[in-house]
Order: sequence, then C-alpha cells, then structure tokens
Amino acid sequence: MIDTMTIRLQRFLRRILTRPRIDLPLAMALILLAMVGLVTLYSASDSSLSMVSGQAARFVLGAALLLLISRIPPSVLRNWTPWLYLASTAFLVIVAVLGEGRGANRWLNLGVMRFQPSELLKLTMPMMVAWYLHPRQLPPRWKDIAVVGLLIAVPVALIVKQPDLGTALLVAAAGAFALFLSGMAWWRMGLIVAAVGGMIPVAWHFLHQYQRDRVLTLLNPESDPLGNGWHIIQSQIAVGSGGMYGKGFQQSTQSRLDFLPEHTTDFIFAVFSEEFGLVGVIGLIVLYAFIIGRCLWIAMEARDTYSRLLAGALGMSFFVYVFVNGGMVAGMLPVVGVPMPMVSYGGTSAVSLLVGFGVLMSIHANRKMHE
Amino acid sequence: MPMKIRRSFKDTRGESALFQRRAVVGFLLILLSFGLLVSRFHFLQVTHHDEFATRSTNNSVKPRAIPPARGLIYDRNGVLLADNVPAFRLEVVPDKVPDMQALLTELGKVVPLGQDDLDAFKKQQAQSRRFDSVPLKLHLTEDEIDRFAVNRWRFPGVDVVPYLTRHYPLGPLFAHVVGYVSRIDTDDLDRLDPDEYKGTSHVGRTGLERYYEDVLHGKPGYELDEVNADGRIQQVLKTIPPTPGTNLYLSIDVRMQKAAVAAFEGRPGAAVAIDPRNGQVLAMVSVPSFDPNLFVNGIGRADYTALTTDVDKPLLDRALKGAYPPGSTVKPFLALGGLEYGIRRPEDTVLSTGQFCLPGQTRCYRDDTRGGDGTVNMVRAIEKSTNTYFYRLALDMGIDRLSSWMSRFSFGGKTGIDLTGEADGILPSREWKAKRSKQGWFPGETVIAGIGQGYWAVTPLQLGHAMATLAGHGMPYLPRLVMATRASGDARPQMLANPPSGPSLIQKPSDWNVINEGMRAVITGGTGKGLNDGFPYPIAGKSGTAERFSRTSDAYDTNKNSAHLAARHRAWFEAYTPADDPKIAAAAVLEAGAWGAKDAGPIVRKIFDTWLLMQGSTAPSDTPLPYQSLPAPAGSVSVEDQPVESSSSEGGP
Repeated sequence: MIDTMTIRLQRFLRRILTRPRIDLPLAMALILLAMVGLVTLYSASDSSLSMVSGQAARFVLGAALLLLISRIPPSVLRNWTPWLYLASTAFLVIVAVLGEGRGANRWLNLGVMRFQPSELLKLTMPMMVAWYLHPRQLPPRWKDIAVVGLLIAVPVALIVKQPDLGTALLVAAAGAFALFLSGMAWWRMGLIVAAVGGMIPVAWHFLHQYQRDRVLTLLNPESDPLGNGWHIIQSQIAVGSGGMYGKGFQQSTQSRLDFLPEHTTDFIFAVFSEEFGLVGVIGLIVLYAFIIGRCLWIAMEARDTYSRLLAGALGMSFFVYVFVNGGMVAGMLPVVGVPMPMVSYGGTSAVSLLVGFGVLMSIHANRKMHE
Repeated sequence: MPMKIRRSFKDTRGESALFQRRAVVGFLLILLSFGLLVSRFHFLQVTHHDEFATRSTNNSVKPRAIPPARGLIYDRNGVLLADNVPAFRLEVVPDKVPDMQALLTELGKVVPLGQDDLDAFKKQQAQSRRFDSVPLKLHLTEDEIDRFAVNRWRFPGVDVVPYLTRHYPLGPLFAHVVGYVSRIDTDDLDRLDPDEYKGTSHVGRTGLERYYEDVLHGKPGYELDEVNADGRIQQVLKTIPPTPGTNLYLSIDVRMQKAAVAAFEGRPGAAVAIDPRNGQVLAMVSVPSFDPNLFVNGIGRADYTALTTDVDKPLLDRALKGAYPPGSTVKPFLALGGLEYGIRRPEDTVLSTGQFCLPGQTRCYRDDTRGGDGTVNMVRAIEKSTNTYFYRLALDMGIDRLSSWMSRFSFGGKTGIDLTGEADGILPSREWKAKRSKQGWFPGETVIAGIGQGYWAVTPLQLGHAMATLAGHGMPYLPRLVMATRASGDARPQMLANPPSGPSLIQKPSDWNVINEGMRAVITGGTGKGLNDGFPYPIAGKSGTAERFSRTSDAYDTNKNSAHLAARHRAWFEAYTPADDPKIAAAAVLEAGAWGAKDAGPIVRKIFDTWLLMQGSTAPSDTPLPYQSLPAPAGSVSVEDQPVESSSSEGGP
C-alpha cells in the first residue's frame, strides 16, 4: 500500500521534472525577473546575504509550487473553485473576528505557520469570477454583473477593514479584470465607473485617518516631513538623482545612508531606479510588459471560458502591482502597501505570485489544439 | 423569439473572439499606463535630474522627533495631582548596532534588562526607522547610570537620555480617579498612531490619564539635524517645538478627597459627591487605594503580587466598578416614580402590619419593625423605610414601569462619567432576567425589587449620580471629573461646558417637595437622626442596609453580640444639602457595616463638613484658582498618614 503510493509519488515527481508542462518564454522571463530581483535586493540590503538567500529560498519554494500546480488541469481547479473561494473568505472572517479591537490584524496563526488569508484571495477571487461566468451567457448582463460585484465586494470589504488597502486593491482589480475580459459592454462599464466615482466622497468618510493622511500627504509632502511625506520626498530624490543611466550597482546613496525608508520592501524600486537610471527602469518595465503580454497570449489560446478569464485576469492584475508600486515610488500615487512583484523583499507575495503563474502554466498545457 | 434563443445557447466562438478583442484592448491600455509611468520617471530622472542630484548630494539632513510634554493634572484649586519629572533612560540606535542580540546580552550584564523591556523594545524597533533612537530601559537608577557610564565605550549606539516621567505627588489619594500612565506595550503600538507617538514612551493606562489620553498627549515636534556620513549630528538646522499636552483641572478639591478617605478610617468602601447643579464631581474615593507611582516605570513582581493578593483589593475602583445591593436607598426614587406615574398620591396610606403576603402564597415579606409601622403615607414611609409601603408600590407599578423609571437615573447602565470601565450594576427587569434564565418573571421578584433587594446591584457612582439628579430637581447632568482645561498657549483655564443631558425627569415640581420632605424626615426623626446636629444647613438623606450573606448561609451569623454584626451588611447612605436648595449630593457605601445610617451616615456627614469649610474659606467654587497656593486646612490628614496598609486590621471581622 505504502509502496505503491511511494512509487506513484516518485513517478509524479519525475514527470514534473523531466517533462514539465511549462511555457518556456514565460518561464525564462520569470527567471530573468527573479535574478534582477535578487541582484537589486543584494544592493538594497547592504549586501545582506541572509536576506538574499531567504528571498532565494522563497523563489525556490514558489517554483516548486508552480511546477506542482502546473500539473493540475484547469477543469479540476474549476471544480474546486467555489470551495477555495469560500474557504479563503471564511479565513478572512475568522481574522476579522479574532482580530477585534487591535490594529492591522491580517495574520491567521495555524500553529505551525502564519499567513495572510487576504493573500489567498489574490488567486481565488479571479478563479471565482471566472467560475461564475464560465457557464453563463456572455457578455454578462446586469444580473450576472451584480452577482459578480457581490462576490468581489464581500472579501474586499473585509480586507479594507483589516485595514490593508493595497491588498484590497489587488483583489478587487483581479475580479474586475475577469469581468472586463468577459466582454461586459462598454456602456455598462462606464456607468459602473461613474457610480464608483460618485462613491469616492462616501468612501473617503470610511477611510481610516492614516489612510486619508496618506492621500493628503501625496498632495503636499512637505506637510508631513516625519511620516509619509518623508517617504515620498526621499523616494523622489532617489529616483531623480539616478538620472538616465543611474549611479551604478551598489552606488545608491539614498538607501546606503538610510535616507530612504523601507528600501528593501515597498521602496526597493526607488533603489533600482537610483542605481540603474531611466534605462534600467524602462528595461524592467519592458520585462514586466512582456510577462503580462505572454499571460494574455496564453489566455487567448485557452480551451474554455473559465481558463481564458482566469489567465487573463491573473496577467492583468500583475500589471496593477507594477503600476501602483511604480507610481508610489515616483510620487504619483499614495503610499499603499503593494510590493514590486518578485523584486520587493519578503512577505508571502512572491510565493503567491508564483502559484498564480503555476495556474497559468496549467492553462497553457491544456490549451486549444490548433488544427 | 430571438431573445430566447440567444439566452439558451452559449456562443463559444463569438465569446472567444470577444475575449481576444478585450485582451488586445486591455493590453494596449496597460502599455499606455506603462508609458505614463515611464514618462513620470523621465520627468524625475531626466527633466529634473539636476535638481534631484543636488538634493541627493546635499542630503545630509535628517528629522528627529521631539516628544511633547504630557499635560499636567490639577485639582480645582491648582494643586498638582500629576506632574512630569526628569529621569533617565537607555536608548539604542539600531542602525549603529551590528549585532543586536549580542549587544542586548552584553548590555544585560551591566544594566539588568527585563523581558518586558526587551519585548517592547523589539516591537518598537520594528516600527521605527533604523536611525531612530528606541528606548530600551526606563527610569534608570543612579547605580545603573554609573555602571553604564563606565562601560559606555563597549556599546556604540547606546546612550543614556534624559526624559520626563510621570509623578503623582499625592500617591494613593487619586490613584483611582487620575489613574496612571505606563510604558507603551506591544498592543498599544498596534493602536497608536506611530507618527504621534514618536519618541514617547508612556501612555495613559487607567483613570483620567487614559480617558483624556488624546488631550493630555500633545503633538510631537521635530528638529532637522545636519548629519555627517556616519550619521552623527553636526548641527541642528531647524526646530519645530512640540506642542505640550493640555492641562486638566478637576472639579475635586484635594481637601474634600482627603476628608472623604479619612472618614472611612481604612474600612473598605467608596464614596462619591456630586454638585447637583452641574454634574461636577466633588469627591470620588475608593478605599483602600494604592500608590500609582509604582506602575509608571514598570511595577516589580513583589509589589504587584502584594497588591493583587491583598484581600481588600486595593486595585479595585469600588466607586466605579463595585456593584452592591442598594437596599432601601432606592426607596425615594421609587416613591418619586409612584407620584410621577400617578400611581400614588402623597396622602395615600398603607397599613404596615409587620409582614406583607402576596395573595395565594405562603411566603411573606417582612417589615423591619416587628409589628409594622402602622398606617403610613408616603413621607412617613420614606422616613420609617416602611417595606410594606414599597412592596405594594412596586407591585402596583409593575416591574416594567419600575425598571423603565429607574433606568432614567442610570441604574443598570453607564452614568457617562469621564472615565472608562464603569460597571453597569443590575437593574431588575424582565429583559435582564430573560437573558440569564429560562424562567419567567415572578411577582415576588417585583416585590423585593421595591426595597432594593433581589437582583439589584448599583455602584457608588450610580447612586451618587442618581442622588445628585434627584437633588437637582430631576435635571440630569453627566458626572464630570474634569471641570476645565488649559491648552498650551492659553493664559487661563477654559471651563468645559456641561449642559443637562436631557429634560428634567420630574414633570410635577410638587412631587419633588414630597420626596424632599420624606428624606428630611429621615434626618430629623428617622434612621438618620442626629446627622444634622451642628450643621447649619438642613440635610435630606436615606440610609440603606443590604445583607451581604443569605440568612440561610453559614456566613450569616445570628450571634448579635459578636463582631460579625458589624460586618454582616453593606451599609449605604445617600444625602444632599441644603435641603431647600441642594448644592452637594453624596452617596457612600461600606462593604461591611452594621447599619447604613449609623456606619455610612457619618462618612457622608464628614464630606459635607469639609464642603462647608471650603464654602467659607475659598473663593467661589465655580472658578478654578490654578495659581493660588493652598492653605493647609486644620486637621486634614496628609497622604503619608492614610491608613491604607492598616485597612485590613480595622475593616473586616
């Protein structure tokens, strides 16, 4: 009994390693991105080998999960989807209940490990929207749009409440992109965008004071030189002083002399910009654009509606990471906790991103056959 | 019917084409956004490169937070109750420490570091920038400072830094009211705004220190330091001074507080005195008390164990959180309810025979006087505390009207005083019982609710507040400890407005006269006889004596000659004066006493005596006199003499 299981497991592992079902261009781009990330981290962390090796270990774990998940056919994922969505939302509720009365409480302690349930939603949210739209008449009409809106709103509201605006934004975007890709009529989108725009003054009312401060500080960084204003000012100095070609590897004075806070996590892109200049920035953004484009390509080749919407939404939400983090570092957007994917140190985001790419690989492996 | 056909089939080919169009449009939008992002980087890195490059090379200026001085707390005459005094603490700049763990181990051998110190330090370090100085150990002793000074060269990045710590000059006297501050712990760090608390090590933990934290804290300032490549400060370029916290003025007079504590002679209990004209708290004491200074910089284990294991529970604020059966003290309120609801006229009489039986029940309810008080009207029923009168009144009123009326005096709820942690006590009602028991409400429970027994539990603050509301002709005010504030920059304290919290509870002014007459009679001929002797103004009051133990339990000792008699009851007294124009109302409880009027009555009288003394000796009591030095009143007890330690020997059996 145990022997046969061991043999099966061995066979399964061998298949993963010898005949990986991956999309080579996407895999190469991810490896390149991971290397850029580690090199930047090495510089930003003052040559801390322990941080770099820790990050590398996360990449290895993420890659292993990627290979594993790439073997799970999308049809199986689709069957699991409602349960995964419900479970991850239930975790959010548990965190909300247990975290009563305390500040930012996002962690669920499982005894052996701690994790942020909101991280799961980055994957299960587009899965759920795709699952719901899969059997339905597309483009969706108001009824289906309303249901999807509810599926998005409940977990997002729980995450906003934590409060974790950055993750809430990513989760909401992932769901919204699936809706967009399903072909929802432009005029309907226009109406919803107008309605959401009208809600902004109301939402402002519900924001925490520190979240409001961050928005206000963006408009006038000098007003808060000790707090968020300091982040914005120092980050812009780092970026601006990098110039066209940058100060060179390990030459970031802003980070080295500790003027730039959080220079290994949320603001690591400022260190990158300072050291590699506009040329480096454009190079990295082109790499990100290639990865997103490849994801959308995989989505177009996908076999069914579920796979198409899921792959497309995952690819497009990758864009949100890059744009929000880049915009924050360049003083264009308020300071919210969104990491630069695969470059920012730590967190579970690198692992969860690679799990998402595992789903993409699986969709690629089960693509339409061209006649 | 083309619509129907469209709805029933999925057009997979069309869907796929639609998706492809959307994906292309989406990708183009993404490229456009990336273009926007790149143009922003171009703006910073090329267009404005020179400017930022200059700022980067000249970037040698770092901000450093300067914590604000915490607001001071005074009594109504400007006697200092909470002060800031200089002390020294150990601070670490993590940036300059290559191996934090090794440093803490080595440093611990020179200056002992507790686990609390280390936990708070690590948490605060995680929330600070690496070049921010983080406090490690507070309130260093002379010895510790000396030992560190000798070893300082071994610990780069560690420094002894002067700071202001909190001191409570009157110690136990205001421990429960003013409360204390203590070191910011890991839970606080999650709750507090890190920008507002940069460089601050303490936060209000209990009492007014906690309730008025936002007001007392102030706003941090900062200085811009020019630093060299090593991060050492070369010169201070600019200083934005912090805004000190706002000072608070209590409506309590230190002398009244002292007299109230002294009146207890160490016996556990509590008293609250309130000005019925505005809700100002004039005294609020809980006996025994403790020294709040012990908690400010971390209390030692031995001290803490001693406080928590003391049978008299000095840490418990009995005035705010101690809930006791009120006994007969509820009767004046119930009588007023009878008049207001139109259930009783003042002249309606009841025959008291010594016991009151519900029809069809064998169990009867006693009067206190064997044989009863005879035929009594309302005034006489209050004077004699005739149970039968109130049994019948409660029954006629019904439990729903009874609890609805009593809740208007804040029984069973919060009075709204400016402190956190008020106990609700228990106001008997159907709803209250339904939440705790499957059994319905029994008429017998209404009967005993009429004399403050059964489920009833009230706090001294609730009773004091209710007495003040009654004394003030039914005008409800939220009890207020803080009367005035003085923000930094204000020359004089600003009085805080405390308008009535609602319309008067009394519809017919003549009703009040009846209750007043009854409570006057308590003092002139009832249980409180003699309490007015030698006092120039008429006092109106009511005693209450509730059993601590059930009559059937072993703890209830029937031997009237033993010391147990003195400890068998909760002794209550409530009163106000002058009866014709009330200016002060008070309630006092003794946890263990023989009779309300005999044991708790003198406590209230002593509070009134001190109040009277102050009427003559100081300026009008509505205006605080912050700068006036205080003449020591004759016969007052100094703080050191408070019989806190000896309380157990004098109090209980």
